[in-house]
Amino acid sequence: MLWPWKGRGGEGKARVDYVWAFVVGGGLCVVAQLLLDLTPDALTPAHVMVIFVSLGALLSGLGLYQPLVDLAHAGATVPLPGFGHALVQGILKEAGREGWLGLVTGGLKATALGLTAAILVGYVVALLFNPRG
Amino acid sequence: MAGKRVGKSTVAFARPPVVVAAGSVVGPMEGKGPLGSEFDVVKSDNVLGEGSFEKAEASLLREACEIAAYKAQVPMSRVDFLLAGDLLNQLISANFVARDLGVPFFGLFGACSTLVEALILGAMAIDGGFASRVLAACSSHHEAAERQYRFPVEFATQRPPTAQWTVTGAGAALLAESGQGPVITHATVGSVVDMGLKSPNDMGSAMAPAAAETIWRHLQDLGREPRYYDLIATGDLASLGKEVAEDLLRRVGVDVSGVYDDCGRMIYSPGQDAHAGGSGGGCQAAVFCGPLVKRLKAGELRRVLLVGTGALFSPTSCQQGQTIPAVAHAVALEGPGRGGEG
Amino acid sequence: MKATPGQARRYQELVSAKTPRKPVARNAALAFLVGGAICALGQVAFNLFVSRGLDPVQAAAPTAGVVVLLGALLTGIGIYDELGRFGGMGAALPISGFANSIVSPAMEFKREGLVLGVGAKMFTVAGPVIVYGLVTAYAVAVARWLLLGG
Repeated sequence: MLWPWKGRGGEGKARVDYVWAFVVGGGLCVVAQLLLDLTPDALTPAHVMVIFVSLGALLSGLGLYQPLVDLAHAGATVPLPGFGHALVQGILKEAGREGWLGLVTGGLKATALGLTAAILVGYVVALLFNPRG
Repeated sequence: MAGKRVGKSTVAFARPPVVVAAGSVVGPMEGKGPLGSEFDVVKSDNVLGEGSFEKAEASLLREACEIAAYKAQVPMSRVDFLLAGDLLNQLISANFVARDLGVPFFGLFGACSTLVEALILGAMAIDGGFASRVLAACSSHHEAAERQYRFPVEFATQRPPTAQWTVTGAGAALLAESGQGPVITHATVGSVVDMGLKSPNDMGSAMAPAAAETIWRHLQDLGREPRYYDLIATGDLASLGKEVAEDLLRRVGVDVSGVYDDCGRMIYSPGQDAHAGGSGGGCQAAVFCGPLVKRLKAGELRRVLLVGTGALFSPTSCQQGQTIPAVAHAVALEGPGRGGEG
Repeated sequence: MKATPGQARRYQELVSAKTPRKPVARNAALAFLVGGAICALGQVAFNLFVSRGLDPVQAAAPTAGVVVLLGALLTGIGIYDELGRFGGMGAALPISGFANSIVSPAMEFKREGLVLGVGAKMFTVAGPVIVYGLVTAYAVAVARWLLLGG
């Protein structure tokens, strides 16, 4: 079962996966784009990114983000709200397992892979390449 | 005293200084624009083998100064003052060029109005008898300005249609007591105007009121009509700012249609994805020191009002929610004109 | 001269009337296409990890890792900023945009040195994202933990 399109319940299921990932992921980006375009210029892309991470965390806490993840998988976990969701779920899971200590460590533990990859790869790429403009 | 003043904010030069030579150097994108063939030097890339965008900007400015001096056959040792500025913090481009050229130096900051500010002060120094030859110069560099004022260039962002594209380029004009070339007859010094706009993505509209006020004031002080000039050229209001400035002038009964254009609009063609147009001190500097001086010398243009416009903000003032003040200065130039005209 | 609030408002109205509208519908469509495509690409990685035996919850993290890697590399070779100019938030919102926000300043500030240039500027945009993500996540999680016990 090496090939991704043959995974998880056969070809038909996988194809539907891609459609949902595309639609939900693209849909989140549309909401972000509208937020950027329909508000005054003081709101930069950086602000929108921050807002969406926080929004993901909030929706996750209210139990509203998990259904989106179940439906769209990468479509919900790859956009930045997925990062907020991972933080919240990580905290709650660790806290359930290890009490208050888990409450402290859970967030970064759950997102360790993404953050470490971003910093390490980011560092190496920055050393290897130069901006071209 | 003050016998050379006319009206509220204009000065008339008793012995009008001459723009004896000018040098212009631009980057590859500006070279591909509609004025590309009229610049002295078009660079093939934006780093120029200098190792950093900031060093590249200084080398553009230095080259523009050297070209101007070379054309006039004046060694740097005989230039009395260098008046120059740029957009980078603490004027590093101008300061480093001044270090290399060894000419007595005043660093100026008027944002994108710096070239006109330098022309005015240089003309005053010459007419006042304090100098025989003055170099007035200004530069900007797209990538160097972007990372100081906005985001790094490789950061994936969209620009709104009102945003302007900082020009990579420099211009230097050599002024002298006498010689061949267009003369600076008058200068109008603007005061700072702030109409309460805040968006760094629409500097043209922030500067338009200052430009309109200076143009209006200049015409009032000298009792002139816009048609007196063949060309009124603002610095970098770009499409929207130009439209707003025209509207503001119309409201006070001044019709500039047919004679008015903006250097930020002239430097790029619509297909170049520069949004509203060019900006940055190098925009007007390169356009004036390249195409406009050439046309003045050739007699294609006889009378030009060059209006420098500067948005006087910093990333800090913007982040702290301050509005964007702006200034505009104007110099009136007269060329020798076509032989048989009159 | 600074405009009075009334003058400023009238001037703002004059400018707004002339300001070209942002192509909102076009931007939204492009954001959908670019963002959707990146997520579909993520889904390829996700399905691969699941087919290799990870459960869907476990697979999310390495999927993010793959998308981060892609975003960083495309930034390095100068493609991601073009993708951003084209797709707007469609390129910025996926975690590859987060990687772009780390790599782009890091590359650009290399000349200011490895510590205060690369090391510090990497987090110009990523820093706020991590900080507010973490702060909100803790506020939400602690509230939920206290109220519902997890």
